[in-house]
Parts: sequence; structure tokens; C-alpha cells
Amino acid sequence: MSYKKIDAADVAALLSICGREHVKTRDEISEDYSHDELAGVRVFPEVMVEPLSTAQVSAIMKYAFDRCIPVTPRGQGTGLVGGAVPVQAGILLNLCQMNRILELDEATMMLTVEPGVLLMDIYKYVEPFGLSYPADPGEKSATIGGNISTNAGGMRAVKYGVTRDYVKGLEVVLADGTVLMLSGKNAKNSSGYSLKDLVIGSEGTLAVVTKAILRLVPAPSRVVSLLVPFQDLNTAISAVPQLAKLKAMPTSIEFMEREVILAAEEYLGKKFPDKSAPAYLLLTLDGSSKSELDSAYSAAAERCLECGALDVLIADTEERREVIWTARGAFLEAIKASTTEMDECDVVVPRNAVAELVEFTRQLQRDVDIRIMSFGHAGDGNLHIYVLRDALSEEEWREKLNAAFERLYARAKELGGQVSGEHGIGFAKRSFLADSLGEKTMDLMRGIKQVFDPRNILNPNKICQ
Amino acid sequence: MNIIVCIKQVPGTSDVKIDEKTGSLIRDGMDAKMNPYDLYALETALQIGQETEAHVTVLSMGPPQVKEIIQEAFLMGDVDGVILTDRRLAGADCLATSYAISQCIQKIGLPDLIICGKQTTDGDTAQVGAEIAEFLHIPHITNVLKIEEMNANGMIVEADLPGMLQRSEIRFPALITVEKDIYQPRLPSFTRKKRLAGQPMQVFSVQDLADHDENHYGLNGSPTQVMRIFPPETDTTSEVWEGSSQDLAEKLFCALQERKFI
Repeated sequence: MSYKKIDAADVAALLSICGREHVKTRDEISEDYSHDELAGVRVFPEVMVEPLSTAQVSAIMKYAFDRCIPVTPRGQGTGLVGGAVPVQAGILLNLCQMNRILELDEATMMLTVEPGVLLMDIYKYVEPFGLSYPADPGEKSATIGGNISTNAGGMRAVKYGVTRDYVKGLEVVLADGTVLMLSGKNAKNSSGYSLKDLVIGSEGTLAVVTKAILRLVPAPSRVVSLLVPFQDLNTAISAVPQLAKLKAMPTSIEFMEREVILAAEEYLGKKFPDKSAPAYLLLTLDGSSKSELDSAYSAAAERCLECGALDVLIADTEERREVIWTARGAFLEAIKASTTEMDECDVVVPRNAVAELVEFTRQLQRDVDIRIMSFGHAGDGNLHIYVLRDALSEEEWREKLNAAFERLYARAKELGGQVSGEHGIGFAKRSFLADSLGEKTMDLMRGIKQVFDPRNILNPNKICQ
Repeated sequence: MNIIVCIKQVPGTSDVKIDEKTGSLIRDGMDAKMNPYDLYALETALQIGQETEAHVTVLSMGPPQVKEIIQEAFLMGDVDGVILTDRRLAGADCLATSYAISQCIQKIGLPDLIICGKQTTDGDTAQVGAEIAEFLHIPHITNVLKIEEMNANGMIVEADLPGMLQRSEIRFPALITVEKDIYQPRLPSFTRKKRLAGQPMQVFSVQDLADHDENHYGLNGSPTQVMRIFPPETDTTSEVWEGSSQDLAEKLFCALQERKFI
């Protein structure tokens, strides 16, 4: 497929749609827009537009469709797999200016937002109404549009699920500029194929999300976190299936090792309240009354001790939780700061296979002779495994990274896992997805892409291409 | 070596409601917790305890439910607990509070070291620590950031004072108030909770103190008169700047300097 290069006439047309302020070319485009937070790929767009309305997005898409210009939607660029990098250049559709919260419908407990609204702003907005948006991805400065694009998961998935579980309706603009409303404020829907669910997690390859209707839940009034030290990671992770069976289900079950905690201390310049043990689980429980929460956390603590925990440390105030969760939130950046370059594997496996996969990464570290650090959502079976370059030469790094990744993804597949739990496939993980899913499934995905985007202008060269 | 740590129970959230008529905090149904700054004081004592095998006592004044924060201290480390509770202590200002606490400390026995948090999150006056020391006629240093050296007779500390760090030596018996982050407070332990359920604590009232003249305590003993109490007004304005990193840094520096933040 050959795409049209942007020329002066195209820029003029985009200016007439969006206005001078919202169209940027060449030197006006900051280097930030050529990459995301992690994936190695860097490509500048030929032009960046910042639409303010669905009508503008529609007009841009129609213009691009008619001329076969590639369009890559982008939010805050906090992705890790190159999903928002315009690898075919063309137009970068920066949706950050579409950042209005349009409606809070208290009767249906649904919030309608534009795609550029930041996750942290959603939390802040609904809190005074006693409501909560339960999906809780780690990167709070990400846009909701980005979250929807990758079906972002996060910290509370054990009890509350992931982004898809809270998106009830989407307004989308198709590749040819058609505006569609997919599903809506209905509590349930059994009306044909769920196109809304196809668009969620499609990383901007099927349609551009211009509005989202999000389901909210009553906010739990009380939260307690438990930091649980174990003598080794295997004992810690082996406890997870038992904890997930608790009647008062934890909202999150995270695992972390001492070396990652030390990296976070170094990175933040702040001390962690306990680092006496080699491995930890971090549980959070919520509830609506003190007595309910006390009995819930006591049951969880007893279960941890039965499973071999050395102790259970109680973070029952905002200050205590904040110290722990600030460190947890900084793990990615802390690991990044501890090395020269890194790449990430975001595999998800059945919950009871996590211990085996973590053990495998240790073996892999020795076999490939490369530093590997991991942490993640033990309760969801979703691991974030980081392979670190340190002082390796470019050639050694590529060779060892590929060897490590191939074996990791293969092992995850044997354990019944998938390539990505929550970060998506984007540009960087396409070959691993193809290996994992096989030709027939990839053909189905390409067929879907073809139906939505016959000219292949929406975020090309991603996921299944 | 003996250490007493003074701790206070404060509202569990910063979202406190005030009865505009009476000017007092509405405490009904409100969660309470140990003053976050006191956690640093307690951790400091526990750290010294680990080094020197010092005996640590936590002391709190307040209504009977202050026993909750003494129990919380039991979950953090090996300490004894004392509460001073009496209706006659109600309505105490800083002076009456520190007088009552100093009397209680004398009742327990003057220790080598008294440690307080630098302030509370409800009253926010940062006066009680220093006033206790004055009543006890012992030296004190506030805002201690670091203990550099310590022996049986005294310690050398670094204190964070406005505009400077002050390094000083203080001889025991003495009182220090400690800064946030002097040590990272440990978390309460569930296994300690199971083991120590029902651990007793000492309870004192005004009657137990050497001076039990009720005119010296509570509202009667408080020269401060509160005319009105109200939540502070908040005013948030934001400006958005655009430009190169260099220009923005320059602009930010000038703006902070203009407002005397730097």
C-alpha cells in the first residue's frame, strides 16, 4: 500500500478544518510525538492535528480516506509498545484537546467523556458524587482514549475487572469519516455483534474513539492495604490462588521483590516501610464500614499466614497506603532508571501458573546471561517482566533480548497465556502475537481490520499487520 | 535508658467538619487515627530502642478512645502504654495540655528523652512539645531531622530550622520534636495484633497527678479564648504556559522568586 505524502494543499485543508493553532508541521512538532514511553521505534508524523470536536475528527478522516493518508490516533503517549507512533508518518491525530467531561448521569451512574480526558481527572471528578470509576491502570496521566485503545487493566482488576468492563458505549469515527454510536447507556445488550467491544483494545486500528460512556460504581468508603512479607517469591505467589478465593475478595494482589523495592527507594529518594523480606505480596481490600473491612482484612491476613507469610503489615491510613503505593507506582520508572535501556514483556497467564513463569524468568536470566526484573499483578496472572541492557553492546543486546523474549513468550503460551495482559501489541509485539495466536486467528483479525478500514489508513502496521 | 513518646489521636481525614455555632470539631462518627507526625516520633524511639535497648513508653491524653492509638503503638513495637483521661481535661488549649502532660510525665517518672511529633494535623500549633519541656525545666530542640550521635548522656542532632540546618548537642534529660521523614515509620503488624490482644495500659486521671487542682486543667486552665473557628478558605487559580523548556524554566523560576518561594 502506498500512501500519499502530505503536501502544502493537505496542510491547508487541515488548517481549514482545525484552525492554525491546532495544526503543527515539521519543526513545530516536539520530539515527544515521535515515540512513546518505551518501544524503541521513533517516527515523526508529517503533520500533527489537534481536533476539538467529533465533527473535526470526521472531516479529517474523510479527507485522509479520500486521499489515502495514514492517520495515527494518539493520547498522552504513555504506551509501551509503540501503538501511538505514526510508523507510516502521515497525520498524527492528537486527541488530548478533546478533554471535556460531558455528562454525569447519576440515574444510570454513567459518565460521558471525550477521549482526551485524563484518568486522574475522571477519578477526581466522580469522587464528590460518592462514585468511582473502578478500572485502575498504573499510569494516571494517561487519557481514557488510550486506556480504551489498549483495554488497560491495572491494580484493581482482581475484584473489579479492566477497562472493557466499564465502557458501555462509544462514539466512533470510522476510517471514511462516518460517525457511529456503538451501544450506549443500556445495562445490557444482546443486539448483534458487539462492535463496541471490538473497538476496545483495537489500538486505534479500527476507528477513532471520540466519546465514551463509562459505567461507575458506588465508591467504597474504606480501603486497607496489606503488605505481606514472604521468605521467597515462590511461597508468596503460591499463596495467590488461595487469596483470590477469599469471600471478601481483594481488589488487588500485587507481587514485588526486594530488589525492585530498593530500586524504587533509590529512584524516589524515599524509604519503604519494610524491606526485611526477599518477596512481598501487596493486597488491597475495600468495604463500606469499619467492621466489615476489619473482618475482611483479618480473614485475608489469616489466610496469608496459613500460606507461609512471615507477617502481615497493615496500611490502614492514607499516609501509610500512600508510601507503599507511591513506590509501587514508581517501579517501572525505577527499573528504567537502573539501566541503560530495557524492553518489556507484559504476558498474562492463568493465576495458578504465575509462580512457574516467575521461576522460569530466573532460569532465563542465568541461561541468557542478562539482567531480568519483574513485578506485577499476581492476582490477575499479569506479569511485567523487564529485560535490561545494562552495559551490553547493541549487537549483544538485540541478540540476548530476542533470545529471552522468544523463550518467555513460548513458555507463557505453554502455560496457557497470552502475549499482552494490558499494554497491547502495538508495533513492538506483533511477531510474538502472530507466533502465539497462529495464522487462522491472525487472518480473522486482518479480515476485521479490512472491513473497518478498507484503505488501511488507520494506524497501519500495528497489531495484526 | 527510658524514652517517653507523646502521641495524639486526630481526625482520620483532612476533610473535617466544624460546627459553626459552637466552633468545635464534629467528631461524631468520624474516624480517628494517630497523628501522622507522631508516627515519626514513635519510629525514632523504636529505632533508638533497637540500638540501645531503651525502654519506650507511649503517652496520650484525650477521651477514653485514645486507647485505640496506644493499641496501635503496641502493634508497631515493644512499648508500654499510658493514657491520661478525665472529663476535667476537656477543652484544654496548648498551655493546659502541655501542663497536664508534663504532670503525667512526672507521675510516670522523668525519662532520659521525650520525643514528640513536630506538630499535629488538627491543631497544627507545634507548641505542645516545647511547652512540655518548659514545664519540666529540661532543654528541648524542635524539628529534629537527624540524630547524628547518641550516648547515655546526650545526643547530637540536626534540626531543620527556617532557612538553615542547625547542628546541636543536647544533654539528657531532654525533649525533641522530630520532623517527617527522620525515619520511615514501620507498619502495624497483624501477628503482633494477634499476640498482644488485650495488652494492658496504665490509665491516669487528674486525681493521680501531683497537682490535682482542676482549675489548672482543661477549659479552666486555658488562657486562650477561641473567638471563632472556621475552615480555611481555599482559592485555586491556574495558569497554563507554553514555550520551550528553557523559557518555561526561566519563567517558573522568576514566578517562584517573585512570590518569595525561592
